[in-house]
Amino acid sequence: MKRIRIDEKYCMGCRLCEVHCIVQHSKTKNILKTYMEEYPKPATRILVEEKGYVTFALQCRHCEDAPCLDACMTGAMYRDKKTGAVLCNEDKCVGCWMCIMTCPFGVISRSPDKKSIASKCDLCMGEDVPVCVKNCPNEALKYEDSKD
Amino acid sequence: MAKRPIPTEFIVERDKDKCIACQVCVRMCSNDVHIYDADTNIVTNDNSKCVGCHFCETLCPTDAITIKKNESSFKPNANWSASVISDITKQAETGGVILTGMGCDKPYTIYWDHILLNASQVTNPSIDPLREPMELRRYIGRKPDKIELNYNKGKIKLKTKLEKQLKLAVPIMFSAMSYGSISLNTCASLAKASHELGIFYNTGEGGLHKSLYKYGKNTIIQIASGRFGVHPDYLKAGAAIEIKIGQGAKPGIGGHLPGEKVSEEISETRMIPEGTDAISPAPHHDIYSIEDLRQLIYALKEATDYEKPVGVKIAAVHNVVPIASGIARAGADYIAIDGMRGGTGAAPKVIRDNVGIPIEFAIAAVDARLREEGIRTNVSLIAAGGFRSSGDIIKAIALGADAVYVATSALIALGCSQCQKCYTGKCNWGIATQDPYLTKRLNPEIGVQRLKNLIRAWSLEIKDMLGGMGINSIDSLCGNRTHLRGIGLLDRELEILGIKSAGEPQ
Repeated sequence: MKRIRIDEKYCMGCRLCEVHCIVQHSKTKNILKTYMEEYPKPATRILVEEKGYVTFALQCRHCEDAPCLDACMTGAMYRDKKTGAVLCNEDKCVGCWMCIMTCPFGVISRSPDKKSIASKCDLCMGEDVPVCVKNCPNEALKYEDSKD
Repeated sequence: MAKRPIPTEFIVERDKDKCIACQVCVRMCSNDVHIYDADTNIVTNDNSKCVGCHFCETLCPTDAITIKKNESSFKPNANWSASVISDITKQAETGGVILTGMGCDKPYTIYWDHILLNASQVTNPSIDPLREPMELRRYIGRKPDKIELNYNKGKIKLKTKLEKQLKLAVPIMFSAMSYGSISLNTCASLAKASHELGIFYNTGEGGLHKSLYKYGKNTIIQIASGRFGVHPDYLKAGAAIEIKIGQGAKPGIGGHLPGEKVSEEISETRMIPEGTDAISPAPHHDIYSIEDLRQLIYALKEATDYEKPVGVKIAAVHNVVPIASGIARAGADYIAIDGMRGGTGAAPKVIRDNVGIPIEFAIAAVDARLREEGIRTNVSLIAAGGFRSSGDIIKAIALGADAVYVATSALIALGCSQCQKCYTGKCNWGIATQDPYLTKRLNPEIGVQRLKNLIRAWSLEIKDMLGGMGINSIDSLCGNRTHLRGIGLLDRELEILGIKSAGEPQ
């Protein structure tokens, strides 16, 4: 499947990926309206990790043996058959947060804009390239086929 | 008295209706211009720290930032300009020499803008480079006075043994910039781009980083007065060796890489202790004459089994003509001449702006003298110093250069905005810095592509211009000044440039 590859050598830590992720998952998908008018605005589904000068943007790895899939008691977490992405069916999610507990990367969070919904990277379904990849100014994120 | 602060150069204009307080500018500015207040969720700025590098402007996702010149200015005065008052204020405050980076920014005449190119009409047909072959290949090195051939059963073989040449796919090379003055990612971009373009880049005086030996075939290694990083493998690593005598931005001045930039990697590459200042003396202490220079040239040739061309780089100064003639006679395979608009990582501002001569005069005068003396073929001429476009390059070649060195244009292709603050080591674009937080901002993959694009674009333009002149090979243009005309120049200037005035026929 196509995955987002992180190149930490060239991540500047500007966090533009976070900004564009928030906008992409907002109601209007307009950057000014998202930040100025939406409250609460959506959570970012990509997080820039920082230690010293090393920075990199981490989002759901869409694991092959995703523990969140096993942990989800309602079956809200599912694997998209077409793309292989791990997605969350918001209608089924009851907010038990077991996915958050089991995620080894810590990339699932509680959605601040909706009650009791797990928020995670959906690879920007519907877009050719996820917005974090498209808007990374230094091409530190790449969207490519992974061999595994 | 009240001490006047150093005048603020730029104003960061922030459109409040557009600023979303995402803090990208706050995180990215190495000069700490942008300040975020968490209580009010507002980003403000300290304009006095802004150097005008435009990095924040480039990254701002809502285009809320515009960097403007500070208009709150002194009374207009041609003599006591704002920059003069600012410099005097700085010196009154600090008592120090004013440093700067990049090339001379004073409005001296740019002669390229006063030279016009020829084109064919009626009597000599122009050539369409899209339909007919167009040759941009150049060879740098000593050419034989005559060529002898062996004819054997219809087969022709070259009898004369040719000296080693550098084969350039296009007559453009990346000029010397040392690892230390620029980041390793910048060096890697230049090296890989040269490799893919079939041209050469120059290591500068900072040695060759171990990761770049693989691009050796496209590397000119430099030996300067500090002799940093010079060892047998280094000499053998490159395709050619260049002895650097001077630099256009600071003729007669040495170099100084401050200790804080001498990281572990640089210390290993330059072969000096970590954290110590790397000081290049003003002269080579073993070269006080052309004879001394000849000794070094031949020592280097000897050390590399006469397999590599050895060139000499000098700054364009008043006596450049006899000096170049001397260098040609000292046995150099090429002479690189760096004009006064050539860049630097750090130089005293007064030197950068007042010393040297423009490359246009230097290249024309040197080419003319070498021809007069009948030694022009002994040596190739490389022009350097502020080449901005393919137009400048083709004019330099018509004036007599065999190829040109570009560096500032290459850096601009990599993001540089000519803020002239290279000496601070805080380059936001990750070019002139060794701070690991900043160097990673230059992704060599992007860098290589942008450099390749620039050289490709210029070579297409050069082909177009050549075709217009009715020439199908850059060789036929070298030193062909009949294709140039001067406009708005004095007779004396035309005479030195060796060109006629616009309006004069052949």
